[in-house]
Amino acid sequence: MTHSDLALEDLIACPQCDALYTARMPEIGERAVCERCHTVLIAPRRKAGLRIIALTLTVLILVISALFFPFLTIHVQGFANQASIMDTASSFGSGALLLLSLATAAMIVLIPLLRMVLVLYVLTPIVMNLPPYAHARHAFRLSQELKPWAMAEIFAIGCAVALVKVASLASIGFGPAFWMFSALVVIVLFNDMYLCNWSVWKSLETDES
Amino acid sequence: MEITGNRRILTAREAGLVACRRCARVWPMGTTECGRCGARLQSRDTGSLGRVWALWIAGLICYIPANIYPMLVTQTLLDTSKSTIVGGAVDLLHHGAVGVAVIILVASVLIPMGKFLAIAYLALSVHRGSNLSSGRRHHVYEMVEFIGRWSMIDVFVVAILSSLVQLSVVASIHPGPAALTFALSVVCTMLSAQSFDSRMFWDEDAPQRKL
Ligand SMILES: [Zn+2]
Repeated sequence: MTHSDLALEDLIACPQCDALYTARMPEIGERAVCERCHTVLIAPRRKAGLRIIALTLTVLILVISALFFPFLTIHVQGFANQASIMDTASSFGSGALLLLSLATAAMIVLIPLLRMVLVLYVLTPIVMNLPPYAHARHAFRLSQELKPWAMAEIFAIGCAVALVKVASLASIGFGPAFWMFSALVVIVLFNDMYLCNWSVWKSLETDES
Repeated sequence: MEITGNRRILTAREAGLVACRRCARVWPMGTTECGRCGARLQSRDTGSLGRVWALWIAGLICYIPANIYPMLVTQTLLDTSKSTIVGGAVDLLHHGAVGVAVIILVASVLIPMGKFLAIAYLALSVHRGSNLSSGRRHHVYEMVEFIGRWSMIDVFVVAILSSLVQLSVVASIHPGPAALTFALSVVCTMLSAQSFDSRMFWDEDAPQRKL
C-alpha cells in the first residue's frame, strides 16, 4: 500500500520519530500510541471539551484571586511580614535582576494564565459546534508552544522547600492564596491530561474547510 | 491505529511525505508550511544541531558563574552571609534538613550536569552513531525534556525567600547575582533540548530494517 491509496488527511506521523500510521479514532478512554517510540498520538476523552472549559474557568478565577491575597506570612520575635505572589515575582528588585523578576512573574502567573485564555478561545466554539474564532489555529499553536514555560507546579514545590529552609528561624503561616495556588496546580495537571491535541487539530481542520 | 502496509514501520519520509511535528498531519515532500497548523515543515531539521550546540555552550557558560557567585544574601542583626548553591545545600545538611538539601542538590547540580552530558551525548551520537539503540536514546531525550524545567526550583525558592524574609533589621534575605545566571542557564538548556529534532535518532534504523 502506498500513501497515494489513502487521503493524506487520514494519515498521522509520529512527531517524535516520523513513523507513519493510518489515523483511526481510538475508543473513548483508549489511546493510540506510537509502536516505535511510545509517544501518545491520540487520546480522546468523553466530554473532554466541556470539562476542560469548566476547569480552565476555575483556574482563571483562582489565579486572579490568588494574586490579591497573601500567599505566605512570617512571624519572628514580634516582627511580621507577608508576601503575595506578585511580591514574590517582583522580589528580585532592580538592575539585571529585574529581568529575573519579569521571567518569574511570567512563568508562575502570566504564561499559565495566557495558556488558559488561549485554550478557552480555541475550545469554546468547538464544544458549541460553532465555526472556530479568528486565528484559532495560531492561538492553539501558541498554547502548545508555551506549555514548557508554564511553571506553576514547580513554583509550588519551591514554596515547600522555602518553608523548610526558614522553619527553624521563624514561624510561617499559609495565606488563602497558597491554597488557591495548590488547587490550581492540580487542576492544570488534569486539564493537560484531558486535552488531546490531535482531536483539537482535527476539529479545527474540518470546521474551516 | 493501523500500521500502513506490513509490520515494518514506514516513516513519513520513506513514503515521500513530510510530517508536521506540531499537529502530526502529513504533506507531500517539499511542502514548506503545514496547511493545518501553520508550522514550518522540514523532513529533518538539519540546522537543528547547530542551534542545539550554540544554546548548549551558552547554557554552560552561564552555569559557571551560577556556581561561583552567591545565590542568596542573608542579613541579620549580627552579620551578613552569602551562600552559593552548593554552600546553601551544605548549610542545610548541617542544620539537619537533609531532604531539602537533597532536593536543592538534585535540582541545581545533578539535573543541570546530567542535562549537559545527555544533550552533548545525543548530539554527538547523531554525527557519529552510538552503541545505544534508537529507542534508548529517545528515552534519554524524553527524560531531558521532561526534567529540565525542574531546575528552576532553586530560583523560585530564592524569589520566595527574598519576598517573605524582610523583617526590618532582624533578618532579611536578598537574591545574589547567581540567581540570574542560573535562570539563564536553565532557559538556554531548555531551548537547546527543544531544538533537537528527535527523528534523527531513528533514521539509522531504516537501512538495517530493509535487509
Ligand atoms: Zn514515534
